[in-house]
Amino acid sequence: MNTEEQPLLAAVELHKAYGATPALAGASLAIRAGEVVAVMGPSGSGKSTLLHCLAGIVPPDAGTVRYRDRELSAMSDAERSALRRSEFGFVFQFGQLVPELTCLENVALPLRLSGIRRREAERRAADWLARLEVGDVAGKRPGEVSGGQGQRVAVARALVTAPRVVFADEPTGALDSLAGEQVMRLLTAAAREAGAAVMLVTHEPRVAAYADREVVVRDGRTRETVLADR
Amino acid sequence: MSIGQTFLGLLEASPRHGYELKRVYDERFGQARPLHYGQVYSTLARLLKSGLVSVDGVEPGAGPERKRYAITAAGVTDVQRWLTRPEKPDVYLQNTLYTKVVLGLLTGRDAADILDVQRAEHLRLMRTLTRRKADGDLADQLICDFALFHLEADLRWLELTAARLDQLAATLPAGTPAGPTAPHGDPAASQNHPTAAQSHPTATHDDPTAPHSVPTRREVTA
Repeated sequence: MNTEEQPLLAAVELHKAYGATPALAGASLAIRAGEVVAVMGPSGSGKSTLLHCLAGIVPPDAGTVRYRDRELSAMSDAERSALRRSEFGFVFQFGQLVPELTCLENVALPLRLSGIRRREAERRAADWLARLEVGDVAGKRPGEVSGGQGQRVAVARALVTAPRVVFADEPTGALDSLAGEQVMRLLTAAAREAGAAVMLVTHEPRVAAYADREVVVRDGRTRETVLADR
Repeated sequence: MSIGQTFLGLLEASPRHGYELKRVYDERFGQARPLHYGQVYSTLARLLKSGLVSVDGVEPGAGPERKRYAITAAGVTDVQRWLTRPEKPDVYLQNTLYTKVVLGLLTGRDAADILDVQRAEHLRLMRTLTRRKADGDLADQLICDFALFHLEADLRWLELTAARLDQLAATLPAGTPAGPTAPHGDPAASQNHPTAAQSHPTATHDDPTAPHSVPTRREVTA
């Protein structure tokens, strides 16, 4: 990968506090197109807040977040929502699928919200479910599938809109080792194939090992250690 | 673990006699395997010959054990190189890492950096193993998983130690800097460190690092 390449998404010197509690205290992170970056750190270090700021979900108190050539803070709420819908995908630890809809309908939902007709949306959704090796649960509701299957459905839903960046916050946190491994293998393979960058927040080293590089957040600040090549 | 470089780290903190080095080493790092006096003096003789330490003074009525040793600028360079170089990830590495962290704190270096460099090295190996799993068959996957789980255990130790650096610093002699914010003085500025700083190859290899722990297919089929 060309390290000189302009970052797709870049946060510079972010500060964020919730009341009197500081969450970020000068965190910076640049993500290039197509790369998978693991953000690690102990609980409460600020890594999820960093993800929320980069995704435009939470505004930082200070510092800038830039996606391509646009600063997120300069956008209106509607513009940021549109950006999240069209350019970003999200995978969280749990609770992201609509329980009343089937898995197929869940994956098709972001496309339907973008105005794509049902038949076409469900065709693409079925394709993504098959790529995530859960084509057989298409007609089931989230409550009827295992945790690992549910997360793979969530990954399919995150990727179905062909996002440029996927934000994954502890995507395997609620899964056992084997199910977690399947999710990570399929998530990173599918994202790489689609050319999407992934910001992966995790405290698990085995999950972080699926990334191209890792950044550590400690006390609200980012640290990256670059080792010399051997 | 390298006894020579551990001695250098202790001598950088302050000049000491041979018996004092043994006492501090045994107390902090050698509970399971205290040093023999022979090891102490043969190691010091090697360090002296290599120019990494010098005799700082001889006390009256003394035998050879009454010599006081100080680190040289070349010795500081050597210990700096050792402390900042990651170890090859391996099971049972904790003695060496613990020693590096304590010496980092004792000498005013950034102990969190020592842990970060090691974490990055561990993760580099974990990435290699993870890629190998993706391309391999079930046997490869199981072999790599074994190594990955062990490396992960090391990383959990590194993380916990990073969170406890302040506590660890508090157990060390008064005045020991507490790691990340501690300045590391110019060794040449100290009277214990001659100004003729020169790069010097590591002269002591008391404990060659154990073989790299990446498992091979041969281990299974053998």
